Amino acid sequence: MGHYLNIIFTSLFIENLPLSFFLGMCTFLAISKKVKTAAGLGIAVLTLTAITVPINNYILNDLLKPGALAWAGQPDIDLTFLGFLIYIGVIAAVVQIMEMVMDRFMPGLYNTLGIFLPLLTVNCAIFGATLFMVERDYTFGESVAYGIGAGGGFLLAVVALAGIREKLEYANPPAGLRGLGLTFITAGLMALAFMGLGGLKLG
Amino acid sequence: MAETTTRELLLRPIFRRNPIALLVLGICSALAVTGKMDTAFVMSVCVTVVVACSNFVISLVRHHIPSSVRIGIQIMVIATMVILVDQILKAFLFDLSKQLSIYVGLIITNCIVMGRAEGFAMNNPPKASFIDGLGNGLGYGFILMTVAFIRELFGSGSLFGVEILKLTSNGGWYVRNGLFLLPASAFFLIALLIWFMRTVDPDQQENN
Repeated sequence: MGHYLNIIFTSLFIENLPLSFFLGMCTFLAISKKVKTAAGLGIAVLTLTAITVPINNYILNDLLKPGALAWAGQPDIDLTFLGFLIYIGVIAAVVQIMEMVMDRFMPGLYNTLGIFLPLLTVNCAIFGATLFMVERDYTFGESVAYGIGAGGGFLLAVVALAGIREKLEYANPPAGLRGLGLTFITAGLMALAFMGLGGLKLG
Repeated sequence: MAETTTRELLLRPIFRRNPIALLVLGICSALAVTGKMDTAFVMSVCVTVVVACSNFVISLVRHHIPSSVRIGIQIMVIATMVILVDQILKAFLFDLSKQLSIYVGLIITNCIVMGRAEGFAMNNPPKASFIDGLGNGLGYGFILMTVAFIRELFGSGSLFGVEILKLTSNGGWYVRNGLFLLPASAFFLIALLIWFMRTVDPDQQENN
């Protein structure tokens, strides 16, 4: 159990996707103007990583890896080179299903997130979480923990940034720095703060 | 779209309409590989090749793509290009491909590639699309190389792995600045770069 908690904790704070790997930056910067939308988007990302990372892990271990197709009588096939195509396909499919489910059961949230939902397919944070899972060779259980931690880290960072940006509305920066420039500096300071947790270890 | 010359197509995205600084596209992978010049260089080359080739292919088949499934088809074309680039890197530059880790795969979800496919290649002829892709790739590379130059020079005292400022650990005079190797410094450098570009060219400023 401690091992899984450790994976969640590490991916939540120390290896935070947007702040230390710069993943999901586009959405991170675009949707962080208001805390409310930021929270909605963060939850969508969390749900998606928690679902897609384990699914992709399963596909990798039982269909793509060399020897994984032994049950079908084909022990020599190595399909890992098809990985990218399949992972992105899975993510696109899950996004589509989630969109339909939300449209049916949560119309309120669906309308607030409307345009951003399909864009989550090309969100680097979600795809990046899968790729990190592949690179680190996680087991199925670890990949569930990692999916939750990675998405949770994005949620945490985007809500915090949105809170700071709401306060920054009252600031009066130099013209060239307005908007994007200032947001980058804020994100940089947040990255420094998150780095402070680097030495902590659980379990 | 008005008649634009090839030269303009190629040069405009590098400074006046830079995909990173003005349009905030493709930052995801841009910052992570800028700790060293050589990774940044290889990454820029990969992105340029992928944008130019996928733009070209998508533009070739643009009349045959039904608009309801166009995003899916674009992603498939881009993913195929990225798999090709990734396999080539693994075969010929294995060490570098290990250092770039997941970021080569992330070119698929790089908004520049999708953005140019959707915004330009879908309604322009193949040659113009190819040049546009080249220009955007170079614009991306320009920012990447600038940030990597500063980070490697001050963070490790070297460029492309060759020592420029002699480090104290090797009996020289330069004490390396660890901050430049942390991810946070990339945020600050991009912010300063955007500030600089927007001060030089006030058209790009945001009013809010």
